[in-house]
Amino acid sequence: MSTSKARWAAVTGHALFWPVVALIALLVANTIYRPGFLSVEMKDGHLYGSLVDILRLAAPLILVGLGMTLVIATGGIDLSVGSVCAISGAIACLHISQQPDQNALGGVLVALALGVGLSLVAGAWNGALVSIIGIQPIIATLILMVAGRGLAQLITEGQIITINSEPYKSVGVGYLLTLPLAIFIAAGVALVVAAVTRRTALGMIIESVGGNAEASRLAGIRSGRITFLVYVISAVCAGIAGFMITANVSSADGNAAGLWIELDAILAVVIGGTSLAGGRFSLGGTILGALLIQTLTTTVYAMNISPQTSLLFKAVVVIAVCLIQAPAFRARFARRPPAAPAAPLAADQPKEQVPA
Amino acid sequence: MLTMGKAITRRRAVAVLTATLLATGMAACGNSDTGDTPADDGKLTLGFSQVGAESGWRTANTNSIKESATAAGIELKFDDAQGKQENQITAIRNYIQQKVDVIAFSPVVESGWDTVLKEAKDAGIPVILTDRSVDSADKSLYKTFIGSDFVKEGKLSGEWLVNETKSATGVVNIVELQGTTGSAPANDRKKGFADAIAANPNLKVIASQTGDFTRAGGKAVMEQFLKANPKIDVLFAHNDDMGLGALEAITAAGKVPGKDIKIITIDAVKDGMQALADGKFNFIAECSPLLGPQLMDLVKKVSKGETIPQRIETEEGTFTPEQAKAALPTRKY
Repeated sequence: MSTSKARWAAVTGHALFWPVVALIALLVANTIYRPGFLSVEMKDGHLYGSLVDILRLAAPLILVGLGMTLVIATGGIDLSVGSVCAISGAIACLHISQQPDQNALGGVLVALALGVGLSLVAGAWNGALVSIIGIQPIIATLILMVAGRGLAQLITEGQIITINSEPYKSVGVGYLLTLPLAIFIAAGVALVVAAVTRRTALGMIIESVGGNAEASRLAGIRSGRITFLVYVISAVCAGIAGFMITANVSSADGNAAGLWIELDAILAVVIGGTSLAGGRFSLGGTILGALLIQTLTTTVYAMNISPQTSLLFKAVVVIAVCLIQAPAFRARFARRPPAAPAAPLAADQPKEQVPA
Repeated sequence: MLTMGKAITRRRAVAVLTATLLATGMAACGNSDTGDTPADDGKLTLGFSQVGAESGWRTANTNSIKESATAAGIELKFDDAQGKQENQITAIRNYIQQKVDVIAFSPVVESGWDTVLKEAKDAGIPVILTDRSVDSADKSLYKTFIGSDFVKEGKLSGEWLVNETKSATGVVNIVELQGTTGSAPANDRKKGFADAIAANPNLKVIASQTGDFTRAGGKAVMEQFLKANPKIDVLFAHNDDMGLGALEAITAAGKVPGKDIKIITIDAVKDGMQALADGKFNFIAECSPLLGPQLMDLVKKVSKGETIPQRIETEEGTFTPEQAKAALPTRKY
């Protein structure tokens, strides 16, 4: 009895328990509204259904979220990811649109390389502003958030570039083993990031820099380099997400591509249990958070919640998830003897210090 | 641009805020190039302040104004406000100092124009608003507002559908992709369309959702519409881009756009016209940026002191696939 109770407590106490509950609740609500919501059928040799749409559309958010997680783990933030999406998508589509044969694989690969290249430059710019010049991350990345949109519009000359390239399109809407190719790309990047951060000391070093950059430096960690690196990773993730976003609609819209994705990504990171103060991070949590946010968006469309109320609906769900996830909030409502000390408020907790 | 106005304004609001925070002193840089030649050489001078160059629609609008000014023999002083109201106000003040004959502008936002418009009025310079209006209570601050009538665009779309389905016996299921929630084009087009289809009780809007005037938005919403509603007969999208996004969702669902699902959109930008010519769209109500010639006419009239109506609609048409094929080769945007 007591062991099963303890086991249950361990499950409910897990950081990701409540986001998972919220995700399942959303899926159940959708199924009640329309029993066919979860049904998935084969169409043209691939799976077709709302769940598949959620996976495909969540892929860019997962990618951006992964990069954002590492940045936030160092105690920073990257507001420029949406603009980087727009820039990389714009340059890739521009290059493809200038090819005589838009379906040629070579041209598409060059386009992808150009996009990743520009993303590297963008990341290096952010990283340099933060780690070398020492500007606060929120201000440093704000510069590219604003200027980057302009740059993307310069690349597209203020127009929407429409392309007709099957290889490029497949990044956004292609299928592999009956599932969207985009989700495999996102999963691949997630595995690489997880392997590099969790199988080596890099993850711990990132957390250490987030916990206390100066102490880490004194302990022999090149904090500046780590900070620089996470912004570059974040930008590259955003760049790849930009390919998916533009490939999804076979066109680059400098204004709209990746608009506000930085906010969704930060939200995904927070829902995933990564502390905004830095010092610890959870890649799995971020992926779950991204899936939850995309499910929420799809729910609004699937249940045809009126546009006037949909933002409120989303806000209520997000607030509920964040609150219920907070130990301090749960402790206040848990049935406990009054003498039991309540868990300390999350905001009062000191940053987790990781010895390096 | 008209149709994406709200989304852009939101982003711009952030941009303006941050730019103000970061570089307050640089905000007026865009306006330095307005020249200072006096306007007494017998030629009419028009000072025009454009919103920016954020879309193909807007670029076509700018070109139309520049070309028709040259054609009409009017000297044009052109300023690009880069989406910032303060740039636009500075530009208008410059025009007042230079004593141009007429000032015209596309307001970046609706509010906050009373002071500068009053200055123009006191200086005796007539003002014409193009494409977007201002919310000033005092209508005497400007001579006229020339721009599209969004309600009419929605109405034309609805009327075409009523005519097209008059022989239909059963219920016709319509889904609607709305523009950015709360924006004037979205509200007005929805209203115009709803008013027109009320003529036939068989026409039913079974789902209506915002696609934010973007292709990605239109596609994501249409994907779920298709899954939730097995029988969709008609799609009404508030602009071409959402319709183009929805096209991909419809094709992916194994349906033929234009046949299984009839598609009505508004705007008539090039990609939309191409889809119409290809038979993927069925009808487009135009929202024309080419108001240059009409504007130059008005400039001549107001400078002569003629009275003109407070509200003038842009000359706009509608397109069927055949008309789109004919119009495409000479399409400017």
